[in-house]
Amino acid sequence: MTPSSNTYGILAEFKNPADLMDAAASVRDAGYTRFDVFSPFPIHGMDDAMGLKPSKLGWIVLIHGIIGLLGGIALQVWSMDIAYPVHISGKPYLNFPAFVPVTFALVILLSAFGTFFGLFFLSKLPKLHHPIFHSNHIERATDDGFFLCIESKDPLWDKNKTIDFLTSIGASTIEQIPEESP
Amino acid sequence: MSQSSDTQKDLLVKGNHDFASVTRLISDIPQQKTPAWWYIAFGISNILLAMLLGMVILLIWNGIGVWGLNQPVGWGWDITNFVWWVGIGHAGTLISAILFLFRQGWRTAINRFAEAMTIFAVMCAGLFPAIHVGRIWAIYWIFPLPNSMQLWPNFNSPLLWDVFAVATYFTVSTLFWYVGLIPDLATMRDKVKGFYSKIAYGVFALGWTGSNRHWQHYEKAYMILAGLATPLVLSVHTIVSFDFAVSIIPGWHTTIFPPYFVAGAVFSGFAMVLTLMIITRKLYHLEDIMTIDHIEKMNIIILVTGNMVGFAYAMEFFIAWYGGVEYEKFAFINRAFGPYAWAYWIMITCNVVAPQFFWVKKFRRHIGLTFFLSIVINIGMWFERFVITVTSLAQDFLPSSWGYFSPTYVDVLTYVGTFGLFFTFFLLFLRFLPMVAISEVKGVMPQADPAYYRNNQKH
Repeated sequence: MTPSSNTYGILAEFKNPADLMDAAASVRDAGYTRFDVFSPFPIHGMDDAMGLKPSKLGWIVLIHGIIGLLGGIALQVWSMDIAYPVHISGKPYLNFPAFVPVTFALVILLSAFGTFFGLFFLSKLPKLHHPIFHSNHIERATDDGFFLCIESKDPLWDKNKTIDFLTSIGASTIEQIPEESP
Repeated sequence: MSQSSDTQKDLLVKGNHDFASVTRLISDIPQQKTPAWWYIAFGISNILLAMLLGMVILLIWNGIGVWGLNQPVGWGWDITNFVWWVGIGHAGTLISAILFLFRQGWRTAINRFAEAMTIFAVMCAGLFPAIHVGRIWAIYWIFPLPNSMQLWPNFNSPLLWDVFAVATYFTVSTLFWYVGLIPDLATMRDKVKGFYSKIAYGVFALGWTGSNRHWQHYEKAYMILAGLATPLVLSVHTIVSFDFAVSIIPGWHTTIFPPYFVAGAVFSGFAMVLTLMIITRKLYHLEDIMTIDHIEKMNIIILVTGNMVGFAYAMEFFIAWYGGVEYEKFAFINRAFGPYAWAYWIMITCNVVAPQFFWVKKFRRHIGLTFFLSIVINIGMWFERFVITVTSLAQDFLPSSWGYFSPTYVDVLTYVGTFGLFFTFFLLFLRFLPMVAISEVKGVMPQADPAYYRNNQKH
């Protein structure tokens, strides 16, 4: 790492999910806000430990579901009753019971798209690159490593104090992550 | 002591694995040299796939007369195969979505695998309605597209509901599968050595880092998708059964069809998962993850759904008699003792008698017997759809118009060819993708729970 390059943050490794969760709670209590933890699987209770607000994904899905519902009804009412009404075996043009299956399928389809794309929208993915990948250890976050990163953008950021703080809460390794490729 | 042996017994992952060894166990498979059996199996699948392609071209070139269809039997093996393959697919969604909502941790060992099976089975299924229309160049008429005739599809028709249901099912299953794959693709990206394979896995991992700010939305998304897939899977086979039940043909026009079809779908799908799983766990040495306990649990589901199907067969007969409709009574007596009695009794033997072995714990945990019965059940379920489709059409209201259906070689080879389609994709999946949901398996290990460490510190 060249001395001139900016630091993205400090990455600290912890031994296991319990230590990571305690560390996240300590970091939150110390007042840091720009930090994240990395783990191979979701850890139960971590959202509270980090002080995250509940995910808003449900609302995105609900809006998509409503679009599917209204769109499905509109499509069938318009095509069967307005655009080109055809008399089919004595059935009414507005045969609502018969419109249920397609409307239902469209609600599910639109909600699923809303979930899928909403997930990526909220996670700001896909991303071609992220400074965290400059770390020499982060690839273990998808295997058996448990990491916590405090970003330099945090209002409380002070490189040495942050390193001392992370060491004091039991980090096993500490690594500085550069903003640009080293 | 007794407590620790109890926990060992209840563990979902056997063999004292830690996180790293679970990662290795699964992520090493796509990195190893491709085994010789894979090339042989893939070659055979490709030949069958080419044969399927040839048969489809033959059909499109000549028209659906190359099948054994006639008057009055206008639906034969095409619809039988369609319903059979869709039904197989349903087990994957049941495992991935319904068992997820019921917090069944054991599903993590098999869900990836079963979801892949779902997607490929639905591909095989979707082929048949597409090609059975005869004039496939006009297939876009099934979609509500503005066109020069200004006509729209008939939304009163169950056949159109089917288009929407199966298309939605395929799309949602694929999205669900891919969302589940992302963390594991990131694991593969971080594990593989080759430059191009790193890029390939990396692109599809979409930059996943394992960040908890992502996991938070991810878990929510997974739960919502499971919640969406659950009613969807029930509705899909319900709508498939409407293809029959909404008509007025004796033997089809019954309200028991939707639940009975869904139970049958789960029944045959679990059998198919077992067939594939028993081979795969052996070939890839995954006995620690896909354990004998999994096989036993799945056999219990097979026993339950098998008896539901058996109950439905009995209930159909009862209602035919109790309803007092002459044609309905005839349709069922004719099914069991008419010209298709051979097919009916194969169905009863395979679907009702065969699963009764699983009342006995020893048989539920016997791998050889399970493998054999899983194939028997799938044969039985194919015959169920054949019996339903063909017997009712062959002998309906007017004896003067009765007929008999015999398949041609095109029918047979098209069906066999769909196995080529299925296994081509399935083998590619086994070769290149993590076949077990690595992150989910880790999540159900006791070491994943922070409480595990706190309790151990106290002792």
